[in-house]
Amino acid sequence: MKKSVFFGAMTVAGLAAGAAAAGTLDDVKARGKLNCGVTTGLTGFAAPDANGEWAGFDVSVCRAVAAAVLGDASAVEFVPTTGKTRFTALASGEIDMLARNTTWTFSRDVDLKFTFVGVNYYDGQGFMVPKELGVSSAKELDGATVCIQTGTTTELNLADFFRANNISYEPVPIETNAEAQQQYLAGACDVYTTDASGLAATRATFEDPTAHVVLPEIVSKEPLGPLVRHGDDEWGDVVRWSLNAMIAAEELGVSSANVADMSASAGNNPEINRLLGTEGNLGEMLGLSADWAKNIIASVGNYGEVFEANIGESTPIGLARGLNAQWTDGGLLYTPPFR
Amino acid sequence: MSNTHSDTVAFVRDTMLPQQEPPSSSVGAVGWMRTNLFSGWFNTVLTIVSLGFIAFILYEILPWLISPTWDGTSLTNCREILAGLGDESGACWGVIRERWQQLMFGFYPSDLYWRPVLAFLLLLVAIAPLLFADYVSPKLIWFSMLYPFLAAWLLWGGAIWAPIFAILGFVVGFVVFRYGSKVILPALALAAGVVAAILWWTAIGPAIEAPLSAAIPIGIESVQSREFGGFMLSITIGVTAIMCSLPIGIVLALGRQSDLLLVKAICVGFIEFIRGVPLITLLFVASVLLNIFLPPGTNFDIILRVMIMVTLFAAAYMAEVIRGGLAALPKGQYEGADSLGLDYWQAQRLIIMPQALKISIPGIVSTFIGVFKDTTLVSIISMFDPIGLSNAIRADTAWNGVYWELFIFIGAVFFVFCFSMSRYSMYLERKLQTGHR
Repeated sequence: MKKSVFFGAMTVAGLAAGAAAAGTLDDVKARGKLNCGVTTGLTGFAAPDANGEWAGFDVSVCRAVAAAVLGDASAVEFVPTTGKTRFTALASGEIDMLARNTTWTFSRDVDLKFTFVGVNYYDGQGFMVPKELGVSSAKELDGATVCIQTGTTTELNLADFFRANNISYEPVPIETNAEAQQQYLAGACDVYTTDASGLAATRATFEDPTAHVVLPEIVSKEPLGPLVRHGDDEWGDVVRWSLNAMIAAEELGVSSANVADMSASAGNNPEINRLLGTEGNLGEMLGLSADWAKNIIASVGNYGEVFEANIGESTPIGLARGLNAQWTDGGLLYTPPFR
Repeated sequence: MSNTHSDTVAFVRDTMLPQQEPPSSSVGAVGWMRTNLFSGWFNTVLTIVSLGFIAFILYEILPWLISPTWDGTSLTNCREILAGLGDESGACWGVIRERWQQLMFGFYPSDLYWRPVLAFLLLLVAIAPLLFADYVSPKLIWFSMLYPFLAAWLLWGGAIWAPIFAILGFVVGFVVFRYGSKVILPALALAAGVVAAILWWTAIGPAIEAPLSAAIPIGIESVQSREFGGFMLSITIGVTAIMCSLPIGIVLALGRQSDLLLVKAICVGFIEFIRGVPLITLLFVASVLLNIFLPPGTNFDIILRVMIMVTLFAAAYMAEVIRGGLAALPKGQYEGADSLGLDYWQAQRLIIMPQALKISIPGIVSTFIGVFKDTTLVSIISMFDPIGLSNAIRADTAWNGVYWELFIFIGAVFFVFCFSMSRYSMYLERKLQTGHR
C-alpha cells in the first residue's frame, strides 16, 4: 500500500509540476473544480453538515467563484485549513483561493505576498459579559478577568484597548472557541472577547442568551475577505468581481428569485443588463462566459440573501447587517460600477 | 515404647472425620467480601468511603448521561425536550445519532461505507495469523501479505491495476534478487533487486498500466484522500504506523548495536533526531514544509505524508523499546548462539529476537497504543480525525455548544481499541511465559 501509493503520488507529482505553469483561471477550468480553502469549522461561516456538504457565509464566496468560472456552484473542492496552515496552502498552490474569515492586514497583503480581493464581512472585536455583572461599557471592566484566545490579533487588540484606557485586566489564556465557551460559562472569566460575529454565535448557543450582553465597544477593525496569490491578476479579478457581483446584485435588486426573468432579455436598467450579460461583454473581458454573474446569483444568491441565510437575523446567530449593509443603507458595502 | 501413653489417653480416634464445608463466612460472596473488602477496620472504612464516592459520582453523572435526547435535532431542541420533562440538564445525544457516521467515516461517500468496513473486517482476518498463530492455518499469512494492497485499493478505490502492478514490483525485485544472488554477492543482488523494483514502479509499470487500464477498465469508484476522516482516518494511519514501525524499529535497534560504524551512526542519528522533535513538528513538516519545497501544483497525498511521518516517529521509539529488550538478555545467550555456529541473522532470528521481543511486549504495546492515540494530532494540520470533526460539528449552528457528548463518544471508541490492544498484550505475555520466574 505504502509504496504503491507513494510512487503513484510521485508520478502524479511529476506530471502535475509540468502542468502548473498556466494561469490559475485556466487551471481551474481544466480541472473542472475550484480548490477553495475554508476553515475547519466556524459557525455561520463554514461548516460541513451531516452529509459532508459545506455551507456558510465564506463557503458561499467559494461557490460563487465556482459558479462564475465553471457554471456550477457545486464544483468546489473544499480544503479545510487551520490558522496555521492556511497561508502555506495558498502560497504553495494547494488551493486556488482562500475564503477563511481572514483579516485583511498590511503585512498579510504586502509581506506574505497575497492579494486581498475585497471584504465580504466587516467584523470587529467585541466583549461579552454576564448581565448580572451590571456592566454597560467596556471601560468599566477595570480588574476583570478576560478569556482570550492566545496567539491571535485579538490578544494584542485587547492589550492596546486596556492600555489606552488606563485600566487593568487579568488574561485567562484559552486555545479554542469551544474551550472559551466552557470557561466563560463556568465562570473562569468575567469577560469573553473575540470577533463580534463569534460572540453572537457563541451567545446564541447558551441556554439563556438573554443573561449575557455584548458590550457596545468594538475595539478593532477586522475586515474579513477572500484572498489569492500575488502575481496572477487575471485570477484575482475573477474572484474580486465574483464577490462584487453578489454585492452589486443586492444593490440593484437582483436576487435568486428574479434573476431568471431579468436575464431573459435586456431590461431598461443598463447596469443590470451589463451585470447579467444581456448587454456588453463584461464576461468576455474576465475570460468567462457572458452569464457568469447570472450563474452566481441564480445558484448562490446575492449578498443579502447569503447573509440572511447563514448569519442574518433569521438564523440562530442573528447578526444585524450593521457595517455590512449597502452604502445606500448606511453600511460600508460599496462596489465599483459594472461598466 | 508404643504403649507408653496407652493408659493416659482415654480415646484415640482411628478414622478421619468427614470433611466439612468451610464456614459460610469464608466462602462465596460473603467470604470474598470479607477477605477483599472488609479485612480489618481500616480497610472497611476505606471500602465504605470509596463506595460512597463512587455512588456520589454516579449519582451526579448518571442522570446527565441517561437523557432521552436521542432524537434531538439540535441543541435547542434537546433543551426543549429536557425542559418538557422537567429536567434541569442532560446530555444531548441527538448529535451522536446525527453525526456518528461522520465521526466513523468522515466525508467518505455514504454509499461506499461498505468498503472501509470490509477493509476493517479483512484486517482482522489478516492479522489473525500474526496474533493467534495457534488457532489459524499458517497459509493465511499469504493473505496477510496481500492485505496492504487490497486495503489500499478498497479504501482509495480506482483501477485494480494499481495494486496489481505494485505487487508485481515486489515480485520483480524478489526475482532479480533471487537469481542475482546466485551470480553476484547477495548484498549487490539485494541492491539490484531494489533498483529493479523501483524501475518497475516508476518507469515500466506506469507505461504498461496506462494502456492496460484503458483497455480493460476494471475498478471501483475512487475516493480522494480529502474525504477520509473520523475513526477511519485514525485507524488507517494508526494501523499503518503500527505495522511498519515494528520491523523498522527492530532494524534500527539492531543497527544501533552494530559494530559497523556507519550503520551505527545512521541509526543513532535517526533515532535521536526523531525522538528529539515533537510529533507535531513532523506533522507540520509533512503538511506545510513539503508544500513549500515540492514544485507548485504537486499533489503528494497528504495522508501518505502523514503516514510516513507517524511511522518514522513510532519506529524511533520502537527501536529504543526493543533495544531495552536486547539489553536485558544475558550475554550468555549471544555466546550460546555463537557456539552453535549460527551466523548473525540466524542467531537473531532463532535465539535473540524471540527472547528480546518477549521481554519488550509491554513496551511495544504501549508504544502502539500511544501511536494510535497520537493520530488525533493530525487535526492540527486540518485533517478531520475525530477531534477535528468534533470541531467541525460544533461549527454547525444546530450543534454549536455541544461539547462533552462528542468527547465522551470519541473517548469511548478510543477506549475500546486501546483496551483491546492492552488485553491482547497480556494474553500474549501469559502465552509466552516460559517460566523464568
